[in-house]
Amino acid sequence: MLLIRCPYCEEERPELEFRNAGEAHVARPADIAAISDEDFEAFFFIRSNPKGIIYERWRHIHGCARFFNAVRDTVSDKFVMTYKAGEPKPKKLPGVAK
Amino acid sequence: MADSFRISGAGRFSHAKTARFTFDDKPYSGIEGDTLASALLANGVHLVGRSFKYHRPRGILSAGAEEPNALVGIHRDAARKTPNVRATVQELYDGLTAVSQNRWPSLSFDVGAVNDVASPFFSAGFYYKTFMWPKAAWKSLYEPKIREAAGLGVSPDQPDPDHYSARFAHCEVLVLGGGAAGLAAALAAAESGVRVILVDEQAELGGALRFESAARIEGQDGWTWAQGIAARLKAMPNVRVLTRTTAFGYYAQNFVGLTERVTDHLSSPGMDQPRERLWQVRARRVVLATGAIERHMVFADNDRPGIMLASAARTYLNHYGVAVGRNVGVYTANDSAYAAALDLKKAGVNVAAIVDLRDNPSGDLIDQTRAAGIEIHGGRAVVSVGGKLRISSMTVQPRTGGKNQRTIPVDALLMSAGWTPSVHLFSQSRGKVAFNEQVKRFLPGTYAQDCISIGGCNGTDELSTCMDEAYAAGLKAAKDAGGKTAKAAKPKVEADEVWSRGMLGAAPGAEAGTTVKAFVDFQNDVTAKDIRQAVHEGMRSIEHVKRFTTNGMATDQGKTSNMHGLAIAADELSRAIPEVGLTTFRAPYTPVTFGSIVGHARGSLFDPTRRTAMHDWAERNGAAFEDVGQWKRAWYFPRAGEDMHAAVNRECVTVRKTAGLFDASTLGKIEVVGPDAAAFMELLYTNPWQKLDPGRCRYGLMLREDGFIYDDGVVGRLAADRFHVTTTTGGAARVMNHMEDYLQTEFPHLKVWLTSTSEQWAVIAVQGPKSRDIIAPLVEGIDISDAAMPHMSVREGKICGVPTRLFRMSFSGERGFEVNVPADYGETVWEALWAEGQKHGACAYGTEAMHILRAEKGYIIVGQDTDGTVTVNDAGIDWAIGRKKTDFVGIRGMKRPDLVAPGRKQLVGLKTKDPKVVLEEGAQIVADPNQPVPMTMIGHVTSSYWSENCGRSIALALVAGGRDRMGETLHVPMPDRTIEVEVTGTVFFDEKGEHLNG
Repeated sequence: MLLIRCPYCEEERPELEFRNAGEAHVARPADIAAISDEDFEAFFFIRSNPKGIIYERWRHIHGCARFFNAVRDTVSDKFVMTYKAGEPKPKKLPGVAK
Repeated sequence: MADSFRISGAGRFSHAKTARFTFDDKPYSGIEGDTLASALLANGVHLVGRSFKYHRPRGILSAGAEEPNALVGIHRDAARKTPNVRATVQELYDGLTAVSQNRWPSLSFDVGAVNDVASPFFSAGFYYKTFMWPKAAWKSLYEPKIREAAGLGVSPDQPDPDHYSARFAHCEVLVLGGGAAGLAAALAAAESGVRVILVDEQAELGGALRFESAARIEGQDGWTWAQGIAARLKAMPNVRVLTRTTAFGYYAQNFVGLTERVTDHLSSPGMDQPRERLWQVRARRVVLATGAIERHMVFADNDRPGIMLASAARTYLNHYGVAVGRNVGVYTANDSAYAAALDLKKAGVNVAAIVDLRDNPSGDLIDQTRAAGIEIHGGRAVVSVGGKLRISSMTVQPRTGGKNQRTIPVDALLMSAGWTPSVHLFSQSRGKVAFNEQVKRFLPGTYAQDCISIGGCNGTDELSTCMDEAYAAGLKAAKDAGGKTAKAAKPKVEADEVWSRGMLGAAPGAEAGTTVKAFVDFQNDVTAKDIRQAVHEGMRSIEHVKRFTTNGMATDQGKTSNMHGLAIAADELSRAIPEVGLTTFRAPYTPVTFGSIVGHARGSLFDPTRRTAMHDWAERNGAAFEDVGQWKRAWYFPRAGEDMHAAVNRECVTVRKTAGLFDASTLGKIEVVGPDAAAFMELLYTNPWQKLDPGRCRYGLMLREDGFIYDDGVVGRLAADRFHVTTTTGGAARVMNHMEDYLQTEFPHLKVWLTSTSEQWAVIAVQGPKSRDIIAPLVEGIDISDAAMPHMSVREGKICGVPTRLFRMSFSGERGFEVNVPADYGETVWEALWAEGQKHGACAYGTEAMHILRAEKGYIIVGQDTDGTVTVNDAGIDWAIGRKKTDFVGIRGMKRPDLVAPGRKQLVGLKTKDPKVVLEEGAQIVADPNQPVPMTMIGHVTSSYWSENCGRSIALALVAGGRDRMGETLHVPMPDRTIEVEVTGTVFFDEKGEHLNG
């Protein structure tokens, strides 16, 4: 069972308290009703599914219930860092080579 | 057997009490402290089981967890029958009952042994190749028959009466393995003041010191030293020592699963004791001190009872005081077997000869052995053995071949091909092993987690080096985890045993080209020949060889066999061992009971059961219940003499004639509050909310972003900034999550607060023409006249003196109210309403009648008439979309080309031509029943009932282009007939909706 640091509770808690919520930094277009089929496809269906670093959303559902973002390595399943929802994608990741 | 193999003065339990036991109904006696294996051996019993595939007689190979042969059933009582217990780890208790497995009619005469004679047909891949045709026979005939014949133990046929508990624990240093290395590491860490957990699978700590008689530490023999350290550790407040506990799984971030066997060694376990306890430990640092496992020699008929690992024979002698024979032979490629021979010789057992594959074995140990007068045959091999149910002799010849054979009578044969470091847990931690060419071992290479390997599992052979390494590792682990510098001094090793060399693969006489049965994997009956055959048939990777032969795939996970199998495959492929690769070790290290994993989560504790505030009333009034998610919902209320059909019909008719009471408490309820509450509702629901007046309700429809229907429910606006939202029973949690997701991440600018209130409100639906008359005497402060409180409105006031949110709404099509009261008052208010209802002839009705009543009106149930691929238009409820809205979740998704294309399945009504026929929900619909199979299916039935109010069957269905097919005849093919139906509208009763105010 993984330990995940909740950026709101500011501590590591067991995976059981959390739920994954898909890829992060996929913003809902402000003018969603007006976008093209292609743009809707890109927004709603297409995900990066990387081998390596992924930016994803998690919810501390059995804790503070907040959504936040996490950086995880899909190969090692290790969490690199977590940060609050709405914060920009981190430019530098601790301990990850470019 | 009358004569005992117990050696007086040997072993550590000489003053222990007698423990009586039976094996295959025959009574024996052992002593407390014995394992079943040592007790059987003390009675001269070596034959304990039959093998998996060939039904060959099998004995006891080891003295520990690696045992592949001595698997027995342990029976406590009718319900407690544990199969496949390793006799080498089952501690003896007075009254133990053991039975052998996989034999018929008896252990010494087994009919299934014909498989052994027929074994040329049963080689690797046999099952895959042979039972291919006819295909259908695999499930019905071949597999059951093969399973019956090639089985292990029989599983118990009664529910497990024992209970199993679970605990979580945290520590700075977790030490896995309580041998010399583990003890030293634990001591160093414990003295640093950090929390330490020390785990060992044996009943006592000490590990290999159980048999290593020459070890001396701190002026004591090794075992005595170990017991002293164990006592010291147990007395420390920061140390938890868990014996009889196996670390079976090493998971992410130093999360380790342990299973503690609490009562399996007790004669009469206390009722309050769990049988096993699952520990889930999170450690800052893990120290792996899991030791090494001795390998057997791979030669012809090496599985005969009486042939065992040298270290096992030594353990039985030095720890249990049991000689494994009176005239033993030794076959080795490694020094450690000499130590066993010496110990046996000193205890008065005759050692017939030591056969050593090495040409000129040399060293102190060999010199001592020679001095003790034991014959040593260097450069020779055991090529065959005599005896079937027990070894009677060994035939020895030069390892290079030749006719110079000699047969030596023996009653036991000890073997050692060297030691395999136990890297199982290291491998489970995702560490990468590296092959050390010099010592021909896989050793821990690259670490993936905060752990360190010490001692035997790290390939460290000498005890003094081991102790240095262990002590330093314990100190470092504690320091890294935040401990202070330790005060204790490092234990000093004064005498040691040093073993060298060993061999991998098949011994002479079992090499390529031979057809002898030289077992590599005893438990799965895999021979050296099988491995070679796999290579010949094209398997190249060890992963394929393993699966084709099943080598290492039995419950012992190949603890003794993996390296031999790998070496034979590598040899056959003419490749280096690391090129062929080692399979990855998986949890569990040894078998773990389901009970241990399940713990208390069984029966009624398997899943929470949710009951409404009125549950007890329903139960008292004879309700039948149905499970809806975790909820128990009243399904129908049968009266005397009524079956379900009659009860449901009566309930449906009563609601439309007078009234009915229905427990609607399970509906999800969410309070949406804040200055931006209406703006938020606009975004989450398709409907317009800004202009809905406080005190009014609206049917709300929720979509996902992809445009499909997600949930629905009636929403009441209590104030400008407060909505009382209801959801479907099953959707409550996910709708809350959906709302929170959008509020927190997409619309965080909105000032809104969401609160789940599903369990705070008990909801009593009062439906039917008499509903207003029923509630009227009980309601205070609310004008419930049609003028003051029209259909789809909500008021706050009191009922029966308690606060209520009173909704005027209907899911039946009749005039109706839904009385929301705080859950604690639910039953009282229900009772009061029930008493009023009685005066009008109202009934209580359940979910079945509710479903029928709503279907008569064509009201959909999300999740029944929709399935996640149904759009608003498909469901025919476009009126629920706010046409002037510029944004809501799903507004773009619902305009996707496929979702607006013609020919989509649309919700329609179906009437069977024969009104008495009720369709099956889920049944497929076709246009032409005479077309060839497979027919083109144009839809399916989503809801179907007998409607007593309509006097006929009714159904809802999703049919391609359905709304353009009104009046058309379609067909529902069933296994026994084809049913004709007519496409209709979805409203079957009171099409004009007059009953809402009726």
